[in-house]
Amino acid sequence: MIPRLELRNICKSYPGVVANDDISLSIMPGEIHAVLGENGAGKSTLMKIIYGAAQADSGEIYCDGRLIAAHDPASSRALGIEMVYQHFALFESVTVVENIALSLPGRFDLDALAAQITDLSQRYGMPIDPRRRVHDLSVGERQRVEIVRCLLRSPKLLILDEPTSVLTPQAVVKLFETLRQLAAEGCSIVYISHKLDEVQELCDSATVLRNGRVTGTAKPKQTTSLELARMMVGSQLPEMHVSPAMPGETPVLEVRGLTAAPRDRYGVALEGVSFAVHGGEIVGLAGISGNGQAELVALLSGERTHADPDAIRIGGKPSAHLGAGQRRRLGMAFVPEERLGRGAVPPHALWQNAVLTGHRTGIVRNGLVDRGKAAAFAKGVIDRFKVKANGPQASAQSLSGGNLQKFIVGREIALAPKLFLVSQPTWGVDVGAAAFIRQTLVDLSRAGAAVLVVSEELDELFEICDRLLVICQGKVSPPLIRRQTNREEVGLLMTNRASGTKGKDLALQD
Amino acid sequence: MMRVAAPVIAVVLTLAVGSALFAALGYDPLATLHAFFVAPLSSVNGLSEWLLKASPLILIACGLAVGFRANVWNIGAEGQLIAGAIAACGVGLFYPNPESPMLLALMVLAGALAGMAWAAIPAFLRARMNTNEILVTLMLTYVATLLLSWLVHGPWRDPAGFNYPQTALLPAAAMFEPFDYAYRLNPSIFLTVVAVFLMWLFADRSFMGYKMSVSGAAPLAARYAGFRESSAVWIGLLAGGAAAGIAGMAEVAGPLGQLSPQISPGYGFAAIIVAFLGRLNAFGIVLGGLLMSLLFLGGEAIQMNLGLPSALTRIFQGILLFFLLATDFFIFYRLRRLPEHA
Repeated sequence: MIPRLELRNICKSYPGVVANDDISLSIMPGEIHAVLGENGAGKSTLMKIIYGAAQADSGEIYCDGRLIAAHDPASSRALGIEMVYQHFALFESVTVVENIALSLPGRFDLDALAAQITDLSQRYGMPIDPRRRVHDLSVGERQRVEIVRCLLRSPKLLILDEPTSVLTPQAVVKLFETLRQLAAEGCSIVYISHKLDEVQELCDSATVLRNGRVTGTAKPKQTTSLELARMMVGSQLPEMHVSPAMPGETPVLEVRGLTAAPRDRYGVALEGVSFAVHGGEIVGLAGISGNGQAELVALLSGERTHADPDAIRIGGKPSAHLGAGQRRRLGMAFVPEERLGRGAVPPHALWQNAVLTGHRTGIVRNGLVDRGKAAAFAKGVIDRFKVKANGPQASAQSLSGGNLQKFIVGREIALAPKLFLVSQPTWGVDVGAAAFIRQTLVDLSRAGAAVLVVSEELDELFEICDRLLVICQGKVSPPLIRRQTNREEVGLLMTNRASGTKGKDLALQD
Repeated sequence: MMRVAAPVIAVVLTLAVGSALFAALGYDPLATLHAFFVAPLSSVNGLSEWLLKASPLILIACGLAVGFRANVWNIGAEGQLIAGAIAACGVGLFYPNPESPMLLALMVLAGALAGMAWAAIPAFLRARMNTNEILVTLMLTYVATLLLSWLVHGPWRDPAGFNYPQTALLPAAAMFEPFDYAYRLNPSIFLTVVAVFLMWLFADRSFMGYKMSVSGAAPLAARYAGFRESSAVWIGLLAGGAAAGIAGMAEVAGPLGQLSPQISPGYGFAAIIVAFLGRLNAFGIVLGGLLMSLLFLGGEAIQMNLGLPSALTRIFQGILLFFLLATDFFIFYRLRRLPEHA
């Protein structure tokens, strides 16, 4: 049988790094093939080469036995290769159907296309309202748009770059059903993920990359996750140490009766949100994307302010009316969900991005930026968090998603916060680095900081949190003690109130 | 690298199109280009004029670039220049002691404050009501022009001026003394030198300049870090207003010596091109200002020597800006023919 896709001896270098070094692999029709590797192992580069968004320095690509000489994304798509990027490529200001129409050849009929999108998205279990504007969609919803866009073209090979990182367990089950259905129809799937259990559940075969080289191939269903992880990381995995929490007497963060109108007509209103986070503990906020997390986080971080100062207290001080800079002065640090453009300035070097929030650590004197100190700060973060980057001079946009996340988390932790607010701390970050980030969060809290983690990954929350909150349709549940609850209870709280039927709930169902 | 190459490519293309234009008008392109770009610089007077005209362009562009770096688009430097010139001239004419040694310094201050006041209007409207500063700054230019026209035709007209629409000449203490009375170049260029240094310090080294570059490159990151958007708007517009106001003062207290309805050959607008030619960088702006000044000089020279219309200066400016934007576009984007689909 002729492989759907065959790579022979692919090499690719960028200035300062060898991203891919002599990589070969082959994928049969209908096969689900995992590509595993740490951040910076070269997975994303390899996918771009397959898709034609980057050209290999040497090596050959065969599709259905035919050599692809020079290719670009357009010719790849003509061959039936589609890709869902980790960073989505959607126009934010227009609707879902318009976005999809733009990627299709020829003239388009929006009404017919909208019907087709609704139909296809329902059939594959990922409902989307085609008339919503993309900037109002959560990350999870945007991903559905990307997947549906690919499905509309009936691909022969679908590349998915860490597709489950923002989905609920139920949604992952649905996605896997979709992917198996696709594979059964003959479509080959390249699946990039850091979640070993998912790879084992879904994938027929796996290629493991480390530092741009193939370090092993495996049948995931017949291999233990420990073996896979060792191939990836190349050494023993760090073990998590979660010591018992020792919460302080008074809360560091106190939210009382926080009610806020939605940012726009697709946003979610917050209704009477109340909770507290004490020093020395980690509180997790679970929930399906698009249930008010974005609104709550913006209000907590100070990116959005609130008229009633007492709705949010930081260290006992009424703070809801304060801006982000003033709240940081009270000892808050914050890692946002979006890294590029929010947590970091894409074209700026890492030392400049260190100044973004690190400017209170002595980097700025007499109104001037001390470049040496900024570079030293950035270097410290790079070393401590093992960020793969070309030094403090590398631009933020040149880093892979996970590495930039490590840099941002590292930068915020280096500020020694009293209150640490983290959104999706390990989204797109590999196993080794994710464990390191989680351990750092635990250590930070045990050293006395109050930590609030907003995550859509239940496993993560259960691993590190002392108490759990669940947000659903803008309402936050009373806290659950982690040791006294379980995934089922949390999963119910995440979804049960979502069964109320309003039109806009279409895209929230799972 | 390409950011530096783009202005160079744009200049080369502008020269090429300019040559074609001269040829089409029936002039020898090489001789005309020589008359345009080389002849004006082959005398001491030419060099003096070159720096004299480059000075306000560079000064204003430095001020504008502070705002442009934060995506604050001040298009109305011409109006702020006029406001500065009016205020400076007013101080020079009506200060009780016309021989005060402080007069020049007061006029610089008045020019800067008036330019800033003129720019404060769009800054306030943008920060408070989110109006578009491009429109407001541009329209205020026309208001400033009319204000100047009213003053020189009405209350400030020189009683001994044979009814010409102009003010009385400024007293000697209110004028920059030229380095050499044979030429017009005067010490006001040192104001420009200081502005270039301040611009470099602000943009490259200061925390405020850093915050403004974040506001320009990633507004959400600025909000995330707690940098206020309104301070970027205020600083961006006030810096441009102050620079343009001082440039207006230097014109009145330098080559002009009085107000008339036409006090600027469009320095405020040309400085926008200079800022972009210089890539919003202090030293690039110096080079861009020198080039733009040469365009002004060359336009006058071929008008006088070859009888070509003076509008050629504007045409050259336009072509240059066009090619600069076009080269930038083609550096960041690539045109591709899409395969035809059924």
